[in-house]
This record gives sequence, structure tokens and C-alpha cells, in this order.
Amino acid sequence: MWLALGAVVMVFAAFTSAYVVRKGMSLDWQAIRLPSILWLNTAVLLASSATIEKARRERQSCESWLAATSVLGAAFLAGQYVAWQQLRAAGVFLASNPSSSFFYLLTGAHGVHLLGGVLALFYVAGRAWRGAEWPNRQAAVEATALYWHFMDGLWIYLFFLLQVGGK
Amino acid sequence: MAELAPAHAAHAHAAPTGFIRKYIFSLDHKVIGLQYYFLALVAVFVGMALSLLMRWHLVWPQSHMGWLEKLFPAGAAGGVMTPELYLSLMTMHGTIMVFFVLTTAPQSGFGNYILPIQIGAEDMAFPTLNMLSFWVTFVGFVVLIAAFFVTGGAPLSGWTAYPPMSALPEAGPGEGAGQTLWIVSLALFSAASLLGALNFITTTLDLRARGLSLMRMPLTCWTWFVTAILGLLAFAVLLAAGVLLLMDRIAGTSFFVPAGLVVSDRVINHSGGSPLLWQHLFWFFGHPEVYIAILPGMGVVSQVISTFSRKPIFGYRAMVFAILAIGALGFGVWGHHMFISGMSPYSAMAFSVLTMSIGVPSAIKTFNWIGTLWGGKIRFTTPMMFAIGFVSVFVTGGLSGMFLGQPPVDLFFHDTYFVVAHFHMIMGVASIFGIFAATYYWFPKMFGRMMNDPLGKLHFWITFIGVYAVFGPMHYLGLIGHPRRYAEITGVNYLAQSHPLHLFMTIAALITVGAQLIFLFNLFWSMFKGKKAEMNPWEATTLEWTVPSPPPHDNFAGAHPVVYRGPYEYSVPGAPKDYIMQNDPEPAKAAH
Repeated sequence: MWLALGAVVMVFAAFTSAYVVRKGMSLDWQAIRLPSILWLNTAVLLASSATIEKARRERQSCESWLAATSVLGAAFLAGQYVAWQQLRAAGVFLASNPSSSFFYLLTGAHGVHLLGGVLALFYVAGRAWRGAEWPNRQAAVEATALYWHFMDGLWIYLFFLLQVGGK
Repeated sequence: MAELAPAHAAHAHAAPTGFIRKYIFSLDHKVIGLQYYFLALVAVFVGMALSLLMRWHLVWPQSHMGWLEKLFPAGAAGGVMTPELYLSLMTMHGTIMVFFVLTTAPQSGFGNYILPIQIGAEDMAFPTLNMLSFWVTFVGFVVLIAAFFVTGGAPLSGWTAYPPMSALPEAGPGEGAGQTLWIVSLALFSAASLLGALNFITTTLDLRARGLSLMRMPLTCWTWFVTAILGLLAFAVLLAAGVLLLMDRIAGTSFFVPAGLVVSDRVINHSGGSPLLWQHLFWFFGHPEVYIAILPGMGVVSQVISTFSRKPIFGYRAMVFAILAIGALGFGVWGHHMFISGMSPYSAMAFSVLTMSIGVPSAIKTFNWIGTLWGGKIRFTTPMMFAIGFVSVFVTGGLSGMFLGQPPVDLFFHDTYFVVAHFHMIMGVASIFGIFAATYYWFPKMFGRMMNDPLGKLHFWITFIGVYAVFGPMHYLGLIGHPRRYAEITGVNYLAQSHPLHLFMTIAALITVGAQLIFLFNLFWSMFKGKKAEMNPWEATTLEWTVPSPPPHDNFAGAHPVVYRGPYEYSVPGAPKDYIMQNDPEPAKAAH
């Protein structure tokens, strides 16, 4: 799992370097106003990190915490979609400006990765909910939790980058 | 996600019985390894055919080929190749060879087949992931080939796909659907490579037999391991760059496309992007990619030279550190592909110094190979010939690299045939020689039969002389300033004089490719009619030679091998035979 995260780090490191270079050398960069719902989304995602950590430590009866995490994760994705809609309503599209291109790109790439995490959560939570015991159950929960925390941290980083770097 | 978590216990799967589970969607690392190998075999013949078409066109540009028109109605209207078709052949040749041959066969093919056996494991750590990697790679290949048959044909922008050309559908035929398919294909290939790399690293770290410490691993395992690490880091960057390029093409963003471009008399509606940004991202992947192609070959050559010199590899520790150093330095030299892009002379200097410093571990390896050969009781088998051939072409390609690594010299050589000669020698031919050495060496293990030795030697000599005949003169063409990527030389006065040399190279290429048919015949004939191979026909020491040929489904038939010694204990004084298997208990320990 750590190795997979290493690859994810490289993907986003590449995007970040593109971001920095593209911004640094261009004359056409216009800061965009980030929708304020992003703050709410961030809070939701942080809360989901707390619930999955709870699930990880509970070991046996972790299914409701896992379910809560998947709901929060789905809520985050829905919130991100709302943020996109608000930007579109404000006339800010993917191709409008490099800063908006990067906004859609980074949130989109993060969203796809998080969606993978939500699917994994559905799978693990679903099996745990049906009361299934399987040999690697705790390991599966641990791996999902690690990935989830990582996605949380990655979002904090991206949010910071878009807030501060986008100016 | 569940199967991603633990490395152990996940690989205990029963031997499949049905044809589809056994040979198509197999979980067995040996079958997957062979699938990769045969995919690369198909790819290499497609790639060679494309190169022959190009060589033919360079020498006989007006020759009429009716069948070419049938294949490429737009690119060869009237049976004569257009410059655009030439460029698309070049693009596809490079892409197929670099990704689906040089990255696929040495690492995914032989690595998959041999690595688990050499470390005493039953399979790779994640068999399902392994199967997925292969089939995604396969789909990537099909998507790439499909680019030939869409409107406009295959892309023209080379295997490096520099924007703005690669980012603008209106930039030429093949830059529409063809280029999009190209990007999708490479994205699939990158994703599959990431999964594969994950599998290789976990397998190497977690599934080694008892007693097999890292410093007792065969050098082949070391190179597959380090190659996987490079792949994990590099392909992620290519994937990211590919996403950006795709968005420039289909979503109207301007990551790479600058403002004010005029294409076909129309101003392009993009602004402020940076083509250089793509070059940085691409070569940050692209240079490690070169080592992804060559490192496994170095491992095989070390293994083969030690076996057939009947001597321990000279300087095992130095070899390991050289592999690590090459891998690490490989990430710091991408700028040497961009010396002419107007970079600051200070950056160029830094990239140049780092580039030159890769010569040090490379030379360590070369001298250690020669040191291993020195005074050995050499057995000139076919794999040994190819291993020694590898050292020869590696040195040749390395020396021309010393010229190209210096910015002032590169300013002249860049975009000439000198570069073509350099990378074909060191990346193409050297890696291919590694693949050949590996094929002749492990064929008995993989198919339980020996390949024909006289045919193998014939194949070696024609190929060895052939590649020097094809790529040697290209150095000279580079010296006289012959640009690469020109579809024809007839219209250019100072180049027209090089026609005899081009003719020589084309004929040499035809003969060399012909010799590969000998190899193909030998491969398939030996598979069914070759002499039966014993368990250890080469009298080698590593674990794959302790199991039957071919190995059973779980490699060690339920046994767990224990390793007592390093991988290359040949001609040990006082030993009963001139080699000691890795799983032989040490006499001293057995006495306790």
C-alpha cells in the first residue's frame, strides 16, 4: 500500500510541478474565487478520517464506522461536484484560464482517487456488515484506512495549493 | 483492496484446470511471463517491419508499392510513401519498441517468469494484479495499433510526442484520433506498469526464501527490483503528463500550447502554455525509462557471464551499488535531452556533470564483466555470445553518450543521426542482446528443451555484425550533420551524397532482420523438437535450476527452499564440483 501511495505521490508531484511552472512563466494567470463550500467539504473529509480511524481501532465491530466513513466520503464527492457546479454557474470553465484548468484537474484527479477509496470502503464495509469474517479482514481495514488518511492529507495539501498558490 | 494488504497468504491458489484459466486469464506468474514475452515478440516484428519500410523509403523513395497503398490508403496514395506516413511509421516504431518490447520483455516477461523462482517463492505477491497488468498492457498494445487504422492514421510526433504538435488535432494527419489513441495507449501502459512495479517490489521484499538475504540475491533479481522502483516513480509522471496533454487536446486547456500559434493559416485558440513543460515532465520519465529498458539486461548479462566463465561475478557488492547508483542518478539527468531548448548554461552544466557521472557505475559494471571473464574457463554457448555481445554494444553506445552528454557537442549533434546511432546502440541493441541472452539461457527452464546451438551461433554472428553495419555508419552521418527524421534525402544536395551509405545500411538491415527469422524458427522448432533439457543444463547455481524444467505450477512442489550461500559460487577450491547450488548447506554448518 505504501508503494501504491508512492506512485500517487509522484502523479501529484508532477501535477504540482506543472502548476508551479505554468503559473511562474505565464502572463495569463487569473486567480479564481474558490467556492466556499470547499471549506465544508474539507470538514466532512476530516470527519471521515476520524470515523475510519475509529473503525480501524474498533477491530471487531467496525462496520458502522466504516459505513459512516463511506457516507461521509460520498458526501465529500457530492460537495466537490456542487463546487464545480458553482464555478460553472460563475462562468469559470475548464478551459477558461490556467488556474481554473488546474482547479478542475487537481480536484478531478483527487476525486477519482477518492472514489476508488469509497468503492473499497463499500466493499469492506459491505462484507463486514453482513457479518463476514475473512482472514485478511483487519489488514483490509488497515489498508483502506491508510489510503483514506492519505487521500485526506492529499486534499488538505491540494486545497492549500489552490488557495495560496492560485492567487 | 483486500488483496492489496498482505503479501503473504494471498498467493496460495490451486493449479487451474480449464484452458482459459490456465493459459488466458492465468494467475500463474510463469504463464503471465510468457504472455508478456510473446506480446513483445509480436511487437518487435511489427516494429522491425516499420523500420524496414523506413529504410526502404530512404533509399528508394519513389518505389511503387501497391500493397502499401492497400494498408495506408491516405499515407501511400499511388503506392508511394508520403513524408507524413514516414513520420507516423517512425513514431509507431519508436513507441512500439520502447514500450512494448524493451520495457515489456526484459522486465515483465523474464522478470515475471524467473524472479519468483529465483527467490524461492511460489508466485508473485499479487497474482490477480499480475494478470490485470498483463491484460491492461495487451489492451494498450491493441489501442496503439488501432491508431494506424483511424482517420488520418498514426501520429507523427515521435515517441516523445512534443507539443504543440501532439496537442493540436489540426497539426497534421494522424494528430487527430491517432494521437489521442496514442495517449490512451500509453496511459494504459503506464497504469499497468505501475501495478506491475508494485508487484515486483513487494515480491522481492516479502517473499524471499529463508536465508536469501538481499546481498545473496542473484544480480538479475537486483536489476528487476531496482527497475520496478524506477517504473513506480517514472510511469506515474508519464501518466500525469499524459492526462495534461489529453486535456489540452480534448478539453481546450492550455498547459502546453503557447499563444499565437498559426496552424494551416488559422490562429489557434490557446494561450500561454509551455511546450517546455511537457519536455521536462516527459524526460523526467523518459530518462529513467532508458534504464528500465537496460537494467534487466545488465542483470542477465552478469548472470550469464558468471555462469559460463565458471567464476563468481567479479565485485558482487560493487555491482549492486552500481545498479543502485545508475537507478538513482537516472532521475537527475533528464535535462540532457533538452540542451538545445535554451536552458540556462548553469543548468546544462549541472545536468552534464550528473550525466557524465553515470559513466562511473556503468564503467564499474563493464570492468567487472571483463574481470569475471578474465582467466575464466569460458564456455562459448549462445547465451554467452549474446552476453559478451551486449558488453560490446553497451560500450559502443556508452562512448557516444560521452559526446552527447556535453552541451557544446550536443548542440551540433542534436537532431542528427548521431543521436539515432547512440540510442539504438545502447538502448535498443544492448537491451535486445540482453533479451536474446535471457531467451537462450532460460529457454530450457521455460520449455524443458534446449535451443539449437549452431543455429543460435549463426543468429548471433549475423545479428552482431549486422547491428554494427546498420548503426555504425549512422555515427558518421551524424558527424556530417545529417538530420534525423527526414523522410527523403534526394532533395537536399549535401545529403544526396550519402545515398551509398544509406543503401549499405538498408541492405544490412534487411539481412539483420532476415537473421531474426532464424531465431524465430529456432524458438518454435526447439519448443517442440529440441533436445530434452535436464533440470540444470548449464550447471548454474541459482534456485531456478533446482526445480524441474519446466517448473510445476507452484514452482517448488510445496517445498520451501532454504538458501545457504551467495548466487555465484563457481570453481570454489575444495568443492566436489565446479559449482555449488545456493540451497546446498555449507559443509561447516552441516557438520554441527
